[in-house]
Amino acid sequence: MKKAKHPAIFWIFLLPVLFAFSLVIVVPFLLGVWYSFTNWSATARLGETLRFIGLENYAKILKDPSFAYSFLLTVVYTIFNMVAINVASFSLAMLVTRSLKGKNVYRAGFFVPNLIGGLILGYVWQFVFNNAVPSIGTALGLASWAQAENLVLGKSVSALIALVIVSTWQYAGYIMVIYVAAIENIPQELIEAAQIDGASPLRRLFAITLPMTRQAFTITLFLTLVNSFKQFDVNVSLTAGGPATMFAGQPILGTQLLALNIYNQGFRSNDMAGGQARAVVFFLVLTLVSIIQVSINKKREIEL
Amino acid sequence: MKQKKSGLVAFEALAVVLFVAFLFPFLIVLVNAAKAPFEITQNPLSFPTEWGKILANIGTIWTSSNVRYGSSFLSSVLITSLSLIFLNLLSSQAAWVLVRTKTKLSSGIFILFVAAMVIPFQIVMFPLLTWFREIANVTGIRLLRSYAGIIVAYIGFGMSQSIFMFHGFIKSIPLELEEAAIIDGCKPWETFYKIIFPILKPIHATVLVLNGIWIWNDYLLPLLVLGKGNRIMTIPLAVSNFAGAYVKQWDLIMTAILMAMIPIVVLFLFAQKYIIKGMVAGSIK
Repeated sequence: MKKAKHPAIFWIFLLPVLFAFSLVIVVPFLLGVWYSFTNWSATARLGETLRFIGLENYAKILKDPSFAYSFLLTVVYTIFNMVAINVASFSLAMLVTRSLKGKNVYRAGFFVPNLIGGLILGYVWQFVFNNAVPSIGTALGLASWAQAENLVLGKSVSALIALVIVSTWQYAGYIMVIYVAAIENIPQELIEAAQIDGASPLRRLFAITLPMTRQAFTITLFLTLVNSFKQFDVNVSLTAGGPATMFAGQPILGTQLLALNIYNQGFRSNDMAGGQARAVVFFLVLTLVSIIQVSINKKREIEL
Repeated sequence: MKQKKSGLVAFEALAVVLFVAFLFPFLIVLVNAAKAPFEITQNPLSFPTEWGKILANIGTIWTSSNVRYGSSFLSSVLITSLSLIFLNLLSSQAAWVLVRTKTKLSSGIFILFVAAMVIPFQIVMFPLLTWFREIANVTGIRLLRSYAGIIVAYIGFGMSQSIFMFHGFIKSIPLELEEAAIIDGCKPWETFYKIIFPILKPIHATVLVLNGIWIWNDYLLPLLVLGKGNRIMTIPLAVSNFAGAYVKQWDLIMTAILMAMIPIVVLFLFAQKYIIKGMVAGSIK
């Protein structure tokens, strides 16, 4: 008897995940893409006939300064965040891979913020920026820090920097442990040989540590890129998108990153179809950028 | 040699400074959770005049109808643990049949799962709500504001990455192990659960840690599926619900935050080694 191509166990073991996958990913994804071409609204039901309106929702996005602003802001935020997190976490990793007495304690301490959700951390830092920082200013004799118009979260630029600070603080410990694992994997002989040859610490960094941890960089750059681009939780609780500012002649929210822009368009402005079209653009950009990033990094790794 | 030693001392000092700076925001939370509102206005950096106030504040949060700490904590535990159990069982068994069945369909399904990892939550969140509501209308099965709905959502959103990790590991397990079991008369499901499943321990740990931290802290999915202030709340929902209702009442918000952080920090103190190892292994896969 010929053996079945797909034995019963194949389907029995796959069925639960296929079910969950279809229920929460495949169907909503396809519905979502379809809705972005229709006049779908919050009150519309699944069975109702939606009117196909072609690219109208997409055309509206192009004319909307708040989306353009959020898009640019997210790009800027992502770049700064990637640089800040990776520089901070690589430096921390270099530090805690030395033979320090308390290195395990330091590692754990740097990692702790990563255990707490971005939403809660955002509230903590809102308090730090709005209450603790002015108070530190007063203690240092810098009265201007305490003035309402000088609050960090009161201006778009400084509030954006605040977002970068908080996400760097939250994420650095996690990225650090990846670098630590990579650095500890470097053969000790290599470093000793370089030391005997009299290579300076800086030269050892560029000639040994950085090239030998290339693979870790592929992972960390990808992780920080994707997570920065999708930032939502800290944005909600730290700035809620504020403060208000002007862009292209229109009042908009000064620190509203893309994920929050999509959310607000759908739920605050009750424009589900518009929010959905934005989400499709978001998805396409994210996919494209991830593919480019991974392929560049893979290429570099092979060249080495 | 002498120079090297003093260098190490400098690095040790730097590490201590950074360590304190990193944990400083948590200290701010702790001291302000033990204050009365006027003390915070006076100086948010000082130590509280009376540490005992922290108990009164905890009592307020414990009984707050916006937080419902006990119930929110239990819901968070229930949602996280059930999602994790299902994710580990279902993803590992799926990964196993996907590795061991070498057909076009099998590899097609695997590629589909892997490709789905790039799908951001934002693109499915609006239709997910409509779709869940519609399922309730047609079948009567409630997925919104229910444990079933949020758990199945976590399985759906977490399975791709989990299957991917199990898949990578199972590929390296020699087939001979299973063949011996089959000759001994094991049924396929027995082969998997008796022979393979125990070997997967390190990957189970990774899948538990990665998904556990994500699910426990997640905000957006519970916000949409469960909603704020409804029957079921998770800890992040409860904190945000409270912060929204008691704007600028920082003494109590800080207490709520402190209470939200304690369980996971305690867990970390006990399982630190496994958690960090799991996170690293998960990122490298």
